[in-house]
Amino acid sequence: MTAPDTLLEVEGLSVSFGDTEVVRNLSFHVSRGECVAIVGESGSGKSVTARSLLGLAGRGSRVTSSTLSVAGRDLTAASERDWRRIRGSQIGLVLQDALVSLDPLRPIGREIGDVLRLHSPLSAENARSRVLELLASVGMPNPERAITQRSGELSGGLRQRALIASAIALDPPLLIADEPTTALDVSIQARILDLLADVKSRGTGILLISHDLAVVSAIADRVLVMKGGRIVESGNTQELLALPREEYTRRLISAVPTDKPRRVPLVPDAMPVPAPTVHSTQDAMAPVVLEARGLTKSFPSPSSPFLAVDDVSFTLRRGETLGLVGESGSGKTTVARLVLALAPADGGAVLLEGGAFSELRERDRRPLRRKVGAIYQDSLSSFDPRADVRRILTDASELAPKADRHSVGELLDAVGLSPAVAKARPLHLSGGQRQRVSIARALAARPDVIVCDEPVSALDVTIQAQVLDLLDRLQAERGLSYLFISHDLGVIRHMSDRVAVMKNGRIVETGDAARVFDHPQHPYTAQLVADAPRLVDAL
Amino acid sequence: MSELDLRTAAASAAPVRRARPSVSEIFAMAFVLFLAVATVVPGLLSSIDPNAIAARDAFQGPSPEHWFGTDESGRDVYSRVIAGTSTSLLIGVSATVIGVTLGLILGVIAGFGGRILDFSVNRTIEVLFAFPGLLLALLVIVIAGPGPVTATIAVGLSTAPGYARIIRGQLAGIRSSGYVESARVLGHGPRRILTRHILPNALAPLMVLATLGIGQAVVWASALSYLGLGAQPPSAEWGAMLSAGRTYIGTAWWLTVFPGLMIVLTTIATTILGRSLTRRTAGRR
Repeated sequence: MTAPDTLLEVEGLSVSFGDTEVVRNLSFHVSRGECVAIVGESGSGKSVTARSLLGLAGRGSRVTSSTLSVAGRDLTAASERDWRRIRGSQIGLVLQDALVSLDPLRPIGREIGDVLRLHSPLSAENARSRVLELLASVGMPNPERAITQRSGELSGGLRQRALIASAIALDPPLLIADEPTTALDVSIQARILDLLADVKSRGTGILLISHDLAVVSAIADRVLVMKGGRIVESGNTQELLALPREEYTRRLISAVPTDKPRRVPLVPDAMPVPAPTVHSTQDAMAPVVLEARGLTKSFPSPSSPFLAVDDVSFTLRRGETLGLVGESGSGKTTVARLVLALAPADGGAVLLEGGAFSELRERDRRPLRRKVGAIYQDSLSSFDPRADVRRILTDASELAPKADRHSVGELLDAVGLSPAVAKARPLHLSGGQRQRVSIARALAARPDVIVCDEPVSALDVTIQAQVLDLLDRLQAERGLSYLFISHDLGVIRHMSDRVAVMKNGRIVETGDAARVFDHPQHPYTAQLVADAPRLVDAL
Repeated sequence: MSELDLRTAAASAAPVRRARPSVSEIFAMAFVLFLAVATVVPGLLSSIDPNAIAARDAFQGPSPEHWFGTDESGRDVYSRVIAGTSTSLLIGVSATVIGVTLGLILGVIAGFGGRILDFSVNRTIEVLFAFPGLLLALLVIVIAGPGPVTATIAVGLSTAPGYARIIRGQLAGIRSSGYVESARVLGHGPRRILTRHILPNALAPLMVLATLGIGQAVVWASALSYLGLGAQPPSAEWGAMLSAGRTYIGTAWWLTVFPGLMIVLTTIATTILGRSLTRRTAGRR
């Protein structure tokens, strides 16, 4: 496999920390103009692999390989000095979080210009024009202005563009992108993937790393599926998606929620979601549990008050999920805070079971609060750092009616956790386990409604699939109503009976989920549907 | 779900990691133990009466008989250093307790008392901060007169603004934290949230700071005694001993070096312990 087009060739790569081998005997290659994706859950060793290709595996690591060459240069025994020459000029790196990858105190122009001048003798004037060129090529609107801005002044998507610009500044033949779109909104994610596809078409080889098969399938030519430090399956993207051989690959494919009908489990071979017991879905006769009427909320800002939520109304029936979808800044979370009565609305009201909720005095509302539960994106910060799981759950179940209380064991069982978790502190649990604990806490108070604010956005797709299946099952068993908030249309579509699409604080389209997504009326909804990450040409 | 259960079991079966104490931490703990013994049962460490005068034994250097030598009146410096431990530590610890208590009251008033109280407490703290701590302590002594009790109160008062500010910041941070919010969403009442979530989380780092503060309070108390404003001679107190030995520093170095060494070691030991407490509690987030 030493075709002249081979950019990166890896043979027998192993990485270990102390006695633990985290990457085992990995072999693959990347050719010019090709995108190879490494896909796996967190902890599968994919990021370590990427780092060791840059000589950055980290302190205490031992990297061995029989072949490791980049653009024909042998790097099996490269010294730190050799690596420094390779990084940037031969291999560019794009990381997940551009905010920490870019110096917050230096303008973007200087940041990229330094990369250029470090490796090539360019005058300040020439460097500047090259930077402008680069920023334009990554689709940065108004490069002249961006060049003077610091990373903190740019939005997430533009920041990621700037980072890609600095990674391709020296025109390296190989680009390594480690979860480059994970922190971004779906629409921005689609733009960044377009940009990477564009970079690829110019002949750059790309090694793309992600936990989400749907994301990589958009641009990857070949996919390597990694598990426990090993490649368990590899092949052409289309073939792999169409005919996965490994159980693990099937799980990754199945976990992608986009285009999966409602109530079809995302984890293969899982128990099918039971038919709703309390009321059938979309039962027009099911009683309305929660109603928002003309909610309005603005925040003071230097120029004019910023209208975060503008005349938002909806109803939520028993046993139903209402999906609230929109990009960051569209006001979704503010709606959640208004519904939870954590902030007073400027106008409008939230009604619970037909009675006042948001308009009550806090003292009168407190006994009703247990009926409206919440699950947050960052569950860790919603737990008292001093409390273990048992205390978290008993504290919450004290609020349920006396005759109707769950024991800690029942709650853990309901969310699929072992009883041993009761003694652990949330800090020591994995992200998926933490989210299960926060679901258990919400259940403990015996709620009617649960407000789920981006409950799976911080999780790997496979864990996301488990949590979504769990929420579906609990809903069917207990007749819960969910107000489900997410920026990810794939997730929303899979979870919701009805949806409301939010943009700039307003609901631009609402209705039956299938109807809205199959025949979007509003151009913004159509755009969201187009941008949702889906598996290409398979299934 | 079996994989999940396995991982769960692994997570909970793993013992809570406790780093082995370093050499300096062992030293610090041993020294604090020594101080504790010297405070509670000084007789165990020295059999000589710290105030026994023997004029013909005056100004003897360190010897097997008098480990730290003798002073101008022939009193044994070692037993005086041991006897002084209780006074010095008592002043240091009580001053810290006074400072933390006052700081707590001010901090809680500022943190919970609404905008006007917060504003006024904050401005008061800022004015107090404008004075160097020791100057503030001197001011108190000028008003209340010298003596060990006023020195204690003075040092306590002058450390209070620092604690108050930290507590106020802690409370503000915790009040807007995710876990207080989720307790509200669940429907817990304000009193329960205060006692069960806010105060425990705000006070834990304070205990660490107080440990760090004891060393500083001992130094300040000694400084006041050195200036003749704290414990008065002939009572054995490290600062007062330093002051008395100052006159003979050219001829009898042991009169100042040993009490000075005790002050330095006490400060170092409490600082090491305070810092290691900080590190150990930081792991719990």
